[in-house]
Amino acid sequence: MAVHTSQSVAKAAGDDVARGRSRGTGNPPPPSRLRRALSVHWYAWTMVAPVVIVIGVIIGYPLFRGLWLSLTNADERNVARSIGVNEIPATYEFVGVDNYVDALTGGQFLSTLGWTLVWTVSCVGVTFCLGMALANILNRKIAGRSAYRMALILPWAIPGFVSVFAWRFLYNEDRGLLNKLLTGSGFDGIPWLNDPTWAKFSVIAVNVWLGVPFIMVALLGGLQSIPSEQYEAAEMDGATAWQRFRHVTLPGLRPVSTTVILLSTIWTFNMFPVIFLLTRGGPGEATQILVTQAYKFSFEISPRDFAQSSTWGVLILVLLMLFAVVYRRVLRTQGDNW
Amino acid sequence: MTTLTETNARHAVRKPRLRGDRSPAASVVLHLTLIVASVIAVFPVLWVLLTSLKPAKFATTTDFFKETTFENYSNLIKDTEFLTWFGNSVVIAGLTTVLGVFVSATTGYAVSRFRFPGKRGLMWTLLITQMFPVAVLIVPIYNIMASMGLLNQPAGLVITYLTISVPFCAWMMKGFFDTIPREIDESGQVDGLTPFGTFWRLILPLAKPGLAVTAFYSFITAWGEVAYASAFMVGDENLTLAGGLQKFVNQYGAQWGPMTAASVLIAIPAALVFLFAQKHLVTGMSAGAVKG
Repeated sequence: MAVHTSQSVAKAAGDDVARGRSRGTGNPPPPSRLRRALSVHWYAWTMVAPVVIVIGVIIGYPLFRGLWLSLTNADERNVARSIGVNEIPATYEFVGVDNYVDALTGGQFLSTLGWTLVWTVSCVGVTFCLGMALANILNRKIAGRSAYRMALILPWAIPGFVSVFAWRFLYNEDRGLLNKLLTGSGFDGIPWLNDPTWAKFSVIAVNVWLGVPFIMVALLGGLQSIPSEQYEAAEMDGATAWQRFRHVTLPGLRPVSTTVILLSTIWTFNMFPVIFLLTRGGPGEATQILVTQAYKFSFEISPRDFAQSSTWGVLILVLLMLFAVVYRRVLRTQGDNW
Repeated sequence: MTTLTETNARHAVRKPRLRGDRSPAASVVLHLTLIVASVIAVFPVLWVLLTSLKPAKFATTTDFFKETTFENYSNLIKDTEFLTWFGNSVVIAGLTTVLGVFVSATTGYAVSRFRFPGKRGLMWTLLITQMFPVAVLIVPIYNIMASMGLLNQPAGLVITYLTISVPFCAWMMKGFFDTIPREIDESGQVDGLTPFGTFWRLILPLAKPGLAVTAFYSFITAWGEVAYASAFMVGDENLTLAGGLQKFVNQYGAQWGPMTAASVLIAIPAALVFLFAQKHLVTGMSAGAVKG
């Protein structure tokens, strides 16, 4: 269908161009390949041109600069800067892949990567299971369904940084509501954000709270698109509720699930605000994920270490792209035309 | 037809529970689950709202209501730069949205409708740029902005946010254009419209809801962005809301009164519009991704 439409459009557009030219020159020479491609595709290329230019200038150029910085020893003291009217030129040098060697052989990157993986897997796993359960409940006939739906979506509707501050308010060790309730009922208060293990638990809890609505709504949409004939057929064959879920619902949700899992894995891996605003990576470096640590290198330590920060950034990007490629390949071998 | 199958099923196999049937106990369990989940979802937000209505000195009490007052709100507006931050956020997020949608609308259409050399590469680029961690771009953009004197300027932040919103808007709009039947394009061509004419006169009016949702979502993304805003904007009068809110809560102490009041004022408009737009939002996102 796509082919059909595009060809007919192409012909129309191509004719247009040819007519315009022939009016001027009478007998055009046989066009070269490039010219022919241009005359067939010029409208599509014109339409995508703004985005290509914008992406090239504001993403492409910084990206290559970032790659370059990661191969140098740039820090706050040797980059180009101006103090008053004096322009100080950059004095940093090319150091090859030293930064990458340091990052990959030193302990800090690998231990941060380890926690980042734990964080991503547990957040996405828990969020997906909760979202799946809630979507299935909401897909049934149940009184007050739209009210429940509205309430459950709320965490998504509030800007993330506001919710994170709300949680910080609840988590506060001396005066937060959670600990007041605990001490009120005779338990000891919990150092939610001040103990490494509890802090890890707390940030995951907040991220799950933030992430469930998106998955729930997406899966709910997927559930509603599963034809009810399939369930009727399953019932005819005597399938139990679990069998219906396992053999009708799950396969029917596959296209939506694969997409939301991919998206939320990428988002969680890069989830800056939750960690940054809740704990700043603390206590110590216990909750620091790769993104917040890279941010810390370039903006929170002195002197700012731009080279190391860029190195970590590039490594994060490489990891995510590897993940996306592998994920797609696995899906394709299982027969998905995604 | 449906009733027939149902009665058949009921006669044929009695054992497995059918989809419509549910025991009262199961209903109770379902409702309890939903109630617990809803309370967890709503409570933190509700608690902030309730706290904002208490006098600041009672902010950390456990009472739901205590001497209800709006003094947090009036203090917030009188004594802090909240309105300036709010204005900064509106200007920056608004400009980002308008530019993002404007630049990427035609691309969404072209990618949705045409086959052309470079389409595959473009699709991949749009997808990959969405997984760019802040960490890759923030240092080079910071240095570039510093050398151009754009740090601490709204324009600098708008340009930075375009790196997020342009790929995202193009991706979303492809999804929405995909849902508009191609027959409409064909009828436009039959009537002698050029591809641009088809896009401008036929498709764009039909895609208005999709455009609105895309615009709204890119607005919300810019509205809630934290990393770039914290790094690029310093000085009280230049902050956006994400940076301003951090002023109330830092390692030296917390002013929960103004913080909660500010949170409510930031969240209410966003939440209201969001609840209207969310249904279309998921459609666009997953359609764009699935049919890619």
